[in-house]
Amino acid sequence: MPRPLSPHIFIYRFGYTMSLSILHRFTGLTLSLGFILLGAWLTMLSLGESHYQWLTSGTMGLVLRVGLALWLVAFLYHLANGLRHLFWDAGLGLERAQARRSAMIVLVTVAIAALLLLYAFWVPR
Amino acid sequence: MSLGFNVFARAFSGGAGHAASRHWSAQRLTAIVLVPLAIWFLVALLTLPDLAYATVHAWVARPLSATLLCLLVVFLFWHSRLGVQVVIEDYVHHPLALAITVHLSTLLHLLAGGAALLAILRIALGNA
Repeated sequence: MPRPLSPHIFIYRFGYTMSLSILHRFTGLTLSLGFILLGAWLTMLSLGESHYQWLTSGTMGLVLRVGLALWLVAFLYHLANGLRHLFWDAGLGLERAQARRSAMIVLVTVAIAALLLLYAFWVPR
Repeated sequence: MSLGFNVFARAFSGGAGHAASRHWSAQRLTAIVLVPLAIWFLVALLTLPDLAYATVHAWVARPLSATLLCLLVVFLFWHSRLGVQVVIEDYVHHPLALAITVHLSTLLHLLAGGAALLAILRIALGNA
């Protein structure tokens, strides 16, 4: 049975709120890849120290660190914008002005939270 | 609420089983559950003294973290699979290609989720 699809984006005049919607998908897919990484990370952890070392040090470790930083930003965005979507689903904040304001709130919050968390993440503990 | 879902059921599903509206509700439900779970995971990781093997292993082995991690993996599995399916449906239109990509995504999700659950249980239940 055919399901309803999202109307194709080229139908609409471009508004900046649309890029948030596209970003939501993009970060969602990024996080789905992160889910595979989560499985790999926990598996290596369960297999013992040498496996975990292999995954978290050297070139792999660098790739993991950069991936984790990107994943962190993607997560913060998907979380903030996802909450925005949940409010919409409850019928709240659907007016154009409200949607634009919540878009700005999401972007500013994510930018600040990302900077703070990346700092906390990278500073040696 | 029930009015809302009836409208969605009538508008979106072809009739049998209301699969599409269930998909829609499940994606929102898993999203709501994931808000506290994912925040817990992030905060827990960031407050660990380091991410060395011994530290992380001991943290996963704790009953509370193991339980919440299992829940996180289950809900992430479900939410991610549903989300990827929606994206695939929007861009892959050939019926056979659509079926193959959706099932491939499910398979990858099962592999990652299954491996994650097995790993958590192995760690939490001692060095099996």
